[in-house]
Amino acid sequence: MTIAIPPASKKPSGSLQPKSWFKYFSFSLDHKVIGIQYLICGFVFYLIGGALASAIRIELASPISDFMPRDIYNQVLTLHGTIMIFLWIVPVVNGAFGNYLIPFYVGARDMAYPRLNAVAFWMIPPSGLMLISSYFITGAAQSGWTAYPPLSITTPAAGQIIWILSVLLLGGSSIFGGINFIATIIKLRRPGLKLMQLPMYCWAMLGTSILVVLSTPVLAGTLILLSFDIVAHTGFFNPTLGGNVIVYQHLFWFYSHPAVYIMVLPAFGLVSEILPVHCRKPLFGYVTMVYSIMAIVVLGLVVWAHHMFTSGTPPWMRLFFTIATAFIAVPTGIKFFNWVATLWGGKISLNSAILFSCGFIINFVLGGITGVALAQVPFDIHVHDTYFVVAHFHYIVYGGSVFVIFSSIYHWYPKFTGKLMNETIGRLHFILTFIGFNLCFAPQHWLGLNGMPRRVAEYDPQFELINQISSLGALLMALSTIPFLLNVIYSAFKGRPSGDNPWRGLTPEWLTSSPPPIENWKGEAPLVSEPYGYGVEISEGSILSGESK
Amino acid sequence: MTTINPIEEKSEAKSQEVKEHIEEHEDHRIFGLVAFLIADGMTFAGFFAAYLTFKAVNPLPPGAIYELELALPILNTALLLISSATFHRAGKFLHKNNTTECRRWLMLTAILGIAFLISQMFEYFSLPFGLTDNLYASTFFALTGFHGLHVTLGTFMILIVWWQSRFPDGRITPDNDFPFEAAELYWHFVDGIWVVLFIILYLL
Repeated sequence: MTIAIPPASKKPSGSLQPKSWFKYFSFSLDHKVIGIQYLICGFVFYLIGGALASAIRIELASPISDFMPRDIYNQVLTLHGTIMIFLWIVPVVNGAFGNYLIPFYVGARDMAYPRLNAVAFWMIPPSGLMLISSYFITGAAQSGWTAYPPLSITTPAAGQIIWILSVLLLGGSSIFGGINFIATIIKLRRPGLKLMQLPMYCWAMLGTSILVVLSTPVLAGTLILLSFDIVAHTGFFNPTLGGNVIVYQHLFWFYSHPAVYIMVLPAFGLVSEILPVHCRKPLFGYVTMVYSIMAIVVLGLVVWAHHMFTSGTPPWMRLFFTIATAFIAVPTGIKFFNWVATLWGGKISLNSAILFSCGFIINFVLGGITGVALAQVPFDIHVHDTYFVVAHFHYIVYGGSVFVIFSSIYHWYPKFTGKLMNETIGRLHFILTFIGFNLCFAPQHWLGLNGMPRRVAEYDPQFELINQISSLGALLMALSTIPFLLNVIYSAFKGRPSGDNPWRGLTPEWLTSSPPPIENWKGEAPLVSEPYGYGVEISEGSILSGESK
Repeated sequence: MTTINPIEEKSEAKSQEVKEHIEEHEDHRIFGLVAFLIADGMTFAGFFAAYLTFKAVNPLPPGAIYELELALPILNTALLLISSATFHRAGKFLHKNNTTECRRWLMLTAILGIAFLISQMFEYFSLPFGLTDNLYASTFFALTGFHGLHVTLGTFMILIVWWQSRFPDGRITPDNDFPFEAAELYWHFVDGIWVVLFIILYLL
């Protein structure tokens, strides 16, 4: 542990970063390497989860279950949900960009606990492999990503237990990451940097990490109880033994509703970083953005039962959770209008990064509106467990988070590699993704309103045409991955050199070389009190950046 | 397998930190531990919420037995509370640089922890119900078992700290007391959880 090496008298060269690929696939304590590890690992799982989604859409192109048997369909469905949530979006919006950017934003040289950071990352690949290999060895879990009992107790036990173990591991990884982010943001700020001067992504990650630390352990405890029900035949959630399934739902959604914010709040933060850079305007309403994030954190913890309006919820509970859920629309709406106001009158360069960010804004508003609708009990009871919910959810997590992930990759790729991505292919990628996504999920609103249930391999033939349109959209989405992958690989080798700061950004990560040296800055970390001071003289910058509202 | 790169990076990081950022790298490990204990406490909170809901909603099926004696649990509570005090006393001796006394009180704390576990085991064997008998029985064993797991871990921590402090200028000194402080904080946390658990499980 104590390697006492005298201060080396080497002069930092242009790039201290070792150039080998090996670095990114081995143990490292550097926050930037761990961030890239999260990103690459998450993207591999995205491809696997995407392949599973394609299998689902192929199956649903016809009303009978002809592509795969029904129990295989259930396994594919469960794996798709679990992989996409726990192995792609959560690790990437939190782990990848958080690890890469937060130390820059707070002016630190690494995260607060670099070893814990590496541990948190290295818990992910084994649990992911465990989850996927369960399909081939014992048969994967069949009860969906929610693992509701009694379904999860009565389906084959081996796959379900492996599912529980891997989700527990991923939850542990998430908690360790969350503790690290909180400590880094609170404790490791550069002297002189005030909280209200932090870039918005720091606030988003602080809020997210609070949610992670408060709610993930509850899921862990619940899954431990569920595993007892399966292995030791206790009766916590088994009605035939006097148990109570509703308690599972409450505990599960106490984590899994905040989990939606764990997936989408960091995306809010990333968009708030990307928009001001590419439209050369300060972020509109910094202070309201901060307060609305914290309002979402508080409200996000007390709305979970809106997932359970059909579970015999008593009227007072329905009333409370409907109102609390509707309230969340207020801070979210504030953020939405702030983004639009940031774009308004800006000098927008329509590159791939901002295209994806604008795509996010459009999709997220649509998903948000259906979300407010779903919070209303009469409407929710009508569309509960139908494709309307599927459409709403994917508008939030794909149209929201995944669009932002792509936007962020286009935005920070020069930072990661020192090369620019190809804009033509990038725009092609955006057009394919945007059209494909909306073609895939918009028709599902109609399906849900007309009563097509979700999570089934067979459906009424009257829905066939709409399902085929949806599958066509899924095909476009699958195709859209190809230009993106080609672009990433091609640009890594043949991309135009970007220089240190291709977007002329003012946030701290751009004030060092690209890719950055190992300790982030060659000298002192810069004090950035105006991360969004675009388009204004420095002397009057503080007026617009929120210091005096 | 050549693991040159990570090691090189680490050593470089160390040297630069030492050179430029001594004041920035104060010890934040207790902060992280507190955050972790909050998370851990939320697991217990989930369990307590489940238990209380079960109790409010699910009646005990006819013929099921769920009776708890109070004698052993009260003894257990006393054991844990005393062990918190002895740990605190050990800390006082550590900061007075009196390692011998500190280690003596640490050992006493560990023995109290082990006594708690043994007494808990006696209670398990004397109960009129088993793990799968009914909902409350299961919840009782889940809650106390999960807490017992924490006590076991805490006892191991104390023993490790006890072992590491065997040399006066070893790993645990008044200046480098993080392992000691961490074990103490964790131990107090486990005791606090027990008090809540005792009230909810035995008294309510």
